[in-house]
Amino acid sequence: MNAQSPKAATPPRFSATFDPQAIAEIQRAAATGIYDIRGGGAKRKLPHFDDLLFLGASISRYPLEGYRERCGTNVVLGGRFASKPIELKIPITIAGMSFGALSAPAKEALGRGASAVGTSTTTGDGGMTDEERGHSSILVYQYLPSRYGMNPDDLRRADAIEIVIGQGAKPGGGGMLLGQKISPRIARMRTLPEGIDQRSACRHPDWTGPDDLEIKIEELREITDWEKPIYVKVGASRPYYDTALAVKSGADVVVLDGMQGGTAATQDVFIEHVGLPILAAIRPAAQALQDLGMHRKVQLIVSGGIRNGADVAKALALGADAVSIGTAALIAIGDNDPSLEDEYRKLGSTAGAYDDWQDGRDPAGITTQDPELAARLDPVKAGRRLANYLSVLTLETQTIARACGKSHVHNLEPEDLVALTLEAAAMARVPLAGTSWIPGHHDPKTDLT
Amino acid sequence: MRSVDLEESSVRELNGELHRLTPETNETRWVIEHPQGKHAIACGLDAPVTVEVKGHVGYYCAGMNKHATIVIHGNAGVGVAENMVSGEVRVKGDASQAAGATGVGGLLVIEGNASARCGISMKGIDIVVKGSIGPMSAFMAQAGTLVVFGDAGEALGDSIYEARLFVRGSVASLGADCIEKPLSDEDKVILRRVLERAGLSAGSDGGPDGFRLYGSARKLYHFHIDNVDAY
Repeated sequence: MNAQSPKAATPPRFSATFDPQAIAEIQRAAATGIYDIRGGGAKRKLPHFDDLLFLGASISRYPLEGYRERCGTNVVLGGRFASKPIELKIPITIAGMSFGALSAPAKEALGRGASAVGTSTTTGDGGMTDEERGHSSILVYQYLPSRYGMNPDDLRRADAIEIVIGQGAKPGGGGMLLGQKISPRIARMRTLPEGIDQRSACRHPDWTGPDDLEIKIEELREITDWEKPIYVKVGASRPYYDTALAVKSGADVVVLDGMQGGTAATQDVFIEHVGLPILAAIRPAAQALQDLGMHRKVQLIVSGGIRNGADVAKALALGADAVSIGTAALIAIGDNDPSLEDEYRKLGSTAGAYDDWQDGRDPAGITTQDPELAARLDPVKAGRRLANYLSVLTLETQTIARACGKSHVHNLEPEDLVALTLEAAAMARVPLAGTSWIPGHHDPKTDLT
Repeated sequence: MRSVDLEESSVRELNGELHRLTPETNETRWVIEHPQGKHAIACGLDAPVTVEVKGHVGYYCAGMNKHATIVIHGNAGVGVAENMVSGEVRVKGDASQAAGATGVGGLLVIEGNASARCGISMKGIDIVVKGSIGPMSAFMAQAGTLVVFGDAGEALGDSIYEARLFVRGSVASLGADCIEKPLSDEDKVILRRVLERAGLSAGSDGGPDGFRLYGSARKLYHFHIDNVDAY
């Protein structure tokens, strides 16, 4: 045989371990000496809601008429201790995103869109702006380790308070806002020099652990005369115990964010390798509430990779009272729009993959503080797009709930679901489709171990 | 003068009454009896009144204070005057951890010692400690003035931004990016002004010159791989 024959040559073979992405990252690290920072959430393939299916109605389950019979979507948050709980018309909220990470028009668009359909928006690391308060009929004020811009007046003009302990993209990590996004206004709001790389603390400065948290919550309730619902937000890492400890500490609402949840800027290694996918976190959190007799009394809001009404319905069926969206809301208002492809290309990316939210050059005018770029985003039109999207999510959720015979989306339950994969069956604690097998499930009534 | 006995009233009732006060109120003097280490006493005030607390307080006394003057005749628990906006808080005894944490304005005077993390993440508050302060004080301090007549514990001013730290005694060690700086005339004016507001003088042994000034080297304001050992 001729060794030079093309037929005998070994074709190029890429390593499954050292795949092109891994090789490119080694080369990038070697060239720069610093880790990769980006925005967004985990991009790797993870067990997710796609791995679940609803069973729908059958002989023993009666569906509701799609265009005639009511299927409620409202959710009341904060009834445990707050004298002024809030009521959302839909079980979908807008997650915390800061003015700083986002432009002022983007924050306004989120407020307009959410308010149009009767739901809430949330501030972020950097304080509350008048524009944000003005355009959000229901505004949740985040209480973060950095306490940038924190003051009692904004605390009192908020509709609810969210104590942020962690977020799904980086449980255990603090905030990061690079110098190019620290405009004069941002610097003033955060009491920082202009243009510095700003790193927010990862721990709260004046409390440590659940016993202190209980006292901190008591203080915030005292300052606001026990009016405001108080949420506690955690990244999904130890959801059973974190939920139980939040309840013990006196939270009205637990917010649980999976690793698909986005961030404005964090190390890629952190985003991809710390925390749990939201699918694995909901059942343990709901179990903690049930074990404490607090399910539906303390509300559970989950987030991280919610894209459509099926995701919403599945999250609710697994025990959540509501969901939050961040990345999907940004996409709805114009992030990663194909019409900007030429500009994404100039930035070394492409529509659908753009995640350099940290560097302030977003051609969509959303994750930037550049006045010219920010001016590209029309907050009225963008708000309308978000309202449209939220309406579709709600209609889709109702469609599934009615098919399962539910007169309220909160009546969805794990029994309505099966899993397509072993992993999803174990994580969601629902049977593998076509079987009665829930891997890893121990029935406490029969499990003597 | 209004007197409230916390053996008979709850903290919630007390704070509710204090929160209903308007800037024009005539009830400008309050005395709190038997605080017994309870938490969140006189937090969230927003009126120019004086509140004297006759005993020890728990966590977060005078938290987020605006306009009020609060005097604690005893020791204070964690986070006294945390996130204070304006007004004055005075602790006659010692203060626990995180005194004046994240404060954006106003004056906190601690006549005894303060524990760890005094002035952590301070954002414009002025803090005067007649005794000594514990480790990790002024961590990530952004703005304001911390004046310490005694000694400072380890890692003073770690990752400090633009706050000024004046210490008359010894400093166990400085944190990342915190350095001693020359005391300029402007610094002396700032120090004198804070001490005057606190009703204190620097003492006969040197006045402002007896203090050393510590602040940011500003080398960590932009992440650079050559500084990675500092983190």
